[in-house]
Amino acid sequence: MKLPLPFLLSGLVLAGMQLALAQTGTLRLSRTVEAGSAFSIQSSGSGKAVLYIVGPGQVLRRNIQLGETTVFAAGELHNAGHYIAVVVGDSSTDQGAFDVVAANPAALSFLAKPSRLPVDLHDGISGVAYVFDTFQNLVLAPSTVSFQLSGVAGAGQVRTVATRNGVAWTKMDSTAKEGAAQFVARVGDVSGTRVIELVPGDPCTVRMSAHPSGARLLLETEPVRDCGGNAVPDGTIVTFKETYSGGEATVDVPVKRGIARAEMPAYNGARISVATGVVMGNEIRWGKQ
Amino acid sequence: MMTGRILAIGILAATVALIVVGTLWPVPSAVAMAGSGADLLRPSSTPQAAVENLAHEIGGQAWGKAYSGLANKNEFNQEDFKRDLTGSYSSLRTYASLDRFELRPLHASADEAQIQLKLHWSTVVGPFVDTRELHVVRNGDRWEVAWPIVKEPRVPPQVIAVNYLRWDVIYRGPEDDWGAQDVEAPHVRIVDMHPVERSDGVVLLGELLNEDVVPAFVTVKATLLAKNGSAIATEDSFDKISHTLLPKQVTPFLIAFPNARLSQVDSVRMQPSSTLIAASADPVVEIEDQRMNPAPGASLTGKLVNQSGQVVNVAHVLGTFYDDSGQLVWVSDQYVDRALLPVTPVPFAIPLPADLARKVKSERAFVTTYSSSRFQ
Repeated sequence: MKLPLPFLLSGLVLAGMQLALAQTGTLRLSRTVEAGSAFSIQSSGSGKAVLYIVGPGQVLRRNIQLGETTVFAAGELHNAGHYIAVVVGDSSTDQGAFDVVAANPAALSFLAKPSRLPVDLHDGISGVAYVFDTFQNLVLAPSTVSFQLSGVAGAGQVRTVATRNGVAWTKMDSTAKEGAAQFVARVGDVSGTRVIELVPGDPCTVRMSAHPSGARLLLETEPVRDCGGNAVPDGTIVTFKETYSGGEATVDVPVKRGIARAEMPAYNGARISVATGVVMGNEIRWGKQ
Repeated sequence: MMTGRILAIGILAATVALIVVGTLWPVPSAVAMAGSGADLLRPSSTPQAAVENLAHEIGGQAWGKAYSGLANKNEFNQEDFKRDLTGSYSSLRTYASLDRFELRPLHASADEAQIQLKLHWSTVVGPFVDTRELHVVRNGDRWEVAWPIVKEPRVPPQVIAVNYLRWDVIYRGPEDDWGAQDVEAPHVRIVDMHPVERSDGVVLLGELLNEDVVPAFVTVKATLLAKNGSAIATEDSFDKISHTLLPKQVTPFLIAFPNARLSQVDSVRMQPSSTLIAASADPVVEIEDQRMNPAPGASLTGKLVNQSGQVVNVAHVLGTFYDDSGQLVWVSDQYVDRALLPVTPVPFAIPLPADLARKVKSERAFVTTYSSSRFQ
């Protein structure tokens, strides 16, 4: 009759835990082992036995000679966590425990939010860095992460933060100028880069002018900018509204190449206004009343 | 056993009787739906009969028969007649079916009559009514309809230059690291919202602003909450909103809660949502001659003028109505049944409840467009 391996291993672990309470282990092993590094376990006694190493997501099995040192090569044990070593001999069982800890930082998972935000926002950008070793174990030992936001006009912002439980986070201000900023998190030689798009804020003012164009009016805004002088992006909708005796005409047009342009009917005495979003612009009275 | 046999014979007899009755005296709507109504029409011996026959033929799309019975065939050809009813370009009319019709005699003499014909068309976005005043003339022992043709303008061949502006989106892929960025959803904000009690329930009116620099697909969901915090009802704005919002654009929305009472409501939970979508900033549609028409038949009317070179197949006009303090009073809409051709005005009329019409001091119309060529 064959027992499934997980069932057998679970039984061994439980048996080991009970024995740990009942007897003192005679296995000699390090209390901590760095993930991926070589290590050894010294057993006592004589005769043949089987050594099991049971931990999170990994199980090793060795046929050993009791009283000798069993060596595990580098890279054999690479998942960080608490491990149990159990030696099952013909007449005795022995057990011990050790921790596998993460190796040196070798990878970063960097979350930067949001990826797009208006200019000039205090603490508008958040960055969170998770530090991992080469085996994707979270490095719980404190390490220093440097966050840098740069790439747009003006001096970059730098923050240095120590990780807590493998995580470091910070907040940055968005710069006053639009553009694509590079947000870099670095620990040792390892870095992660995210691009933050800094976009213009709400238009500060909208000013338009009107010119006759045949029987109609050509309405055109000046370049539409936010309060920091950044040109609002093409596609921003500008609404022209014309009110005349007994009627009204409106048109929503997108900003193209920095300005919005529309044609509307020309009525004497008409009042023409312009707005974008919740920002009102100037008003023009056309012709005589 | 005997009872079952009697029941079977009874059902059989009733079925045969109903088939005979339905064949000999069909109801008009059934005739129209059957599609063979033209064969079952009564003689056009009265003005009403002539108009009814024409309406049945239009409903059955028997364009040849309908055209051949007209009194003013010399003024237009059969294709013009068909285009008048179904549209020259793809539009709501093209895919509409005649649901029913109404006649209203306006005037009659021995040789001519005036009859109003209301054609109730049904479409995927709701019904629309096409009203025509028909002149009917006597020709021997028959009456014939002079069809008031509305010729859709044809756009002359030309080239219209458009500075095309659109946004395309590349989302993160499945192979990207879990920490890798994805494109940010557009930031939208409800800038106005308040509930109104109507006879048929509670209505939430509001306006939504896309305060981002990218286009957004937006929806608004609302939940009415009772005093104990329990949800009374959840609804969304469905088509009483413009789902595509360009940067800095504001759309009105209306969410109806049938049978709800405002007195039961303690608070409202609003859930606006937005998704970044590929979109185009064109076509630009101007709204001309916007006017508020008082009750009875209160409405906002105007003309849509497509300022681009692209044909707009379906236009959806949303009207936002404000009182003298600038507070939102009502949101209403209308789908335009004809295609918008470049630089060709097309009228629209958005109805407004009569009791609210007198409160309205200003209004804003907003157009959403659908072009089949955009998806090609």
